[in-house]
Amino acid sequence: MSKMPSERPITSIAELLALAYQIETDAVQRYTELSEQMETHNNQELVKVFRDLARAEGIHAEEIRKMAGDIDLAAQAERLGRWKKGGSPEEADLGAAHYLMTPWHALQLALTGEKRALAFFTSVADSAKDAKIKDMAAEFVEEEAEHVNLVYRLLRKYPQPADTWSEDDDPPIAQD
Amino acid sequence: MANAQTRLACKPADYKSDIKPIWCPGCGDYHVLMSFTRAFAELGLAPENIVVVSGIGCSSRIPAYTNCYGFHGVHGRSLALAAGLKVARPDLTVVVASGDGDGYSIGGNHFLHACRRNIDMTYVVMDNRVYGMTKGQPSPTTEPDFDTALSPGGTGLSPFRPLVIALASGANFVARAFSGEPNETASILVEAVRHPGFSFVEILSPCVTLRPDEREWKNLVHPAPVGTTTDPAKAARRIMTDDGFNIGILYRGERRPYQPRMAGQTIDLADLEKDFEL
Repeated sequence: MSKMPSERPITSIAELLALAYQIETDAVQRYTELSEQMETHNNQELVKVFRDLARAEGIHAEEIRKMAGDIDLAAQAERLGRWKKGGSPEEADLGAAHYLMTPWHALQLALTGEKRALAFFTSVADSAKDAKIKDMAAEFVEEEAEHVNLVYRLLRKYPQPADTWSEDDDPPIAQD
Repeated sequence: MANAQTRLACKPADYKSDIKPIWCPGCGDYHVLMSFTRAFAELGLAPENIVVVSGIGCSSRIPAYTNCYGFHGVHGRSLALAAGLKVARPDLTVVVASGDGDGYSIGGNHFLHACRRNIDMTYVVMDNRVYGMTKGQPSPTTEPDFDTALSPGGTGLSPFRPLVIALASGANFVARAFSGEPNETASILVEAVRHPGFSFVEILSPCVTLRPDEREWKNLVHPAPVGTTTDPAKAARRIMTDDGFNIGILYRGERRPYQPRMAGQTIDLADLEKDFEL
């Protein structure tokens, strides 16, 4: 419904790293929330999938933190204030969750997030004037493209479920 | 209205408690919680200067998920509790959370009179048009043809019109939001808290388990085609004729909030206790 305001261009490597770090940490937080929801509703298969996704994003965040050296990425991201009210590219949509969702659905959420991150870094790489920022953004583009491919590979293991996936043999209530 | 306190540089996460929500995955109330914490951060209020009061129902679990002061009260009586609290402690920011069953049925009478009294607080009703916690009975806002084993053929009753009732009863701020737009909802909540008097915000919050059809709401909501008005007659006409999916601040009144004369007086607890001595 709302339009995203145009963002200030990235002007330093530190800013780019801070945003990349924020994307990954926001994703960790959201996947953790989803795994906790699934835990509450005893969908153990999805607990594991979301935990694995959170762990994978956490590894990416840690890699970026190491690249940044002494830069305080969290503080830098806070100063930038981008996605302050949510909407970070890899944040999965809470509204898309369902207590009977399958790994295929979880991976669809992950795929959407990875594609958004890919689009974000592509736009940074395309628009950056500074060669160093352009190069680093291009590296992130390659990484995100690999993540997209990884999700596609995982989806081969988890095919789309039948349309009846949300039918509950023991529903919360008998709704005729 | 937010009280004159030092504005803090808090983040939304600073208003979340360690208790994990147990709503169904996909429930709109997760987004409402997000909107609450984003609004509180935007207002920059200290968590200990906010009180979230609720009644009973899925929506009313929300105080536990914030680290503000909270009061999980009895069914339908959240507004009565909140009114007493605000009158006794006008320095606090009081936000009341309810649902369509708790707020419009069991608490319907309190709703009318809270609007009429116009005490300075914000009333948020998470409307999913069903009793979710007790497994799907029709609520006052359920459509007449909602056909289930619990209501064969539907109730056949006209749904309650919360915004119309609020306006007619004297609410000083009337708005509708959609949980799936947490940023817009947070902005509306900020305005609601800042506006003096009784602010009523209805949040359409889908129950994806018992009303899976409500997932479609994200495609039905739209910004109100006209701006906010301070004219209750204009607001009434708009609210009476809208499609129920207009999102935005629909009315901002100019009534002075009610504050009883006792406010600000110091009452010695020992004096009060004397009346109860045996």
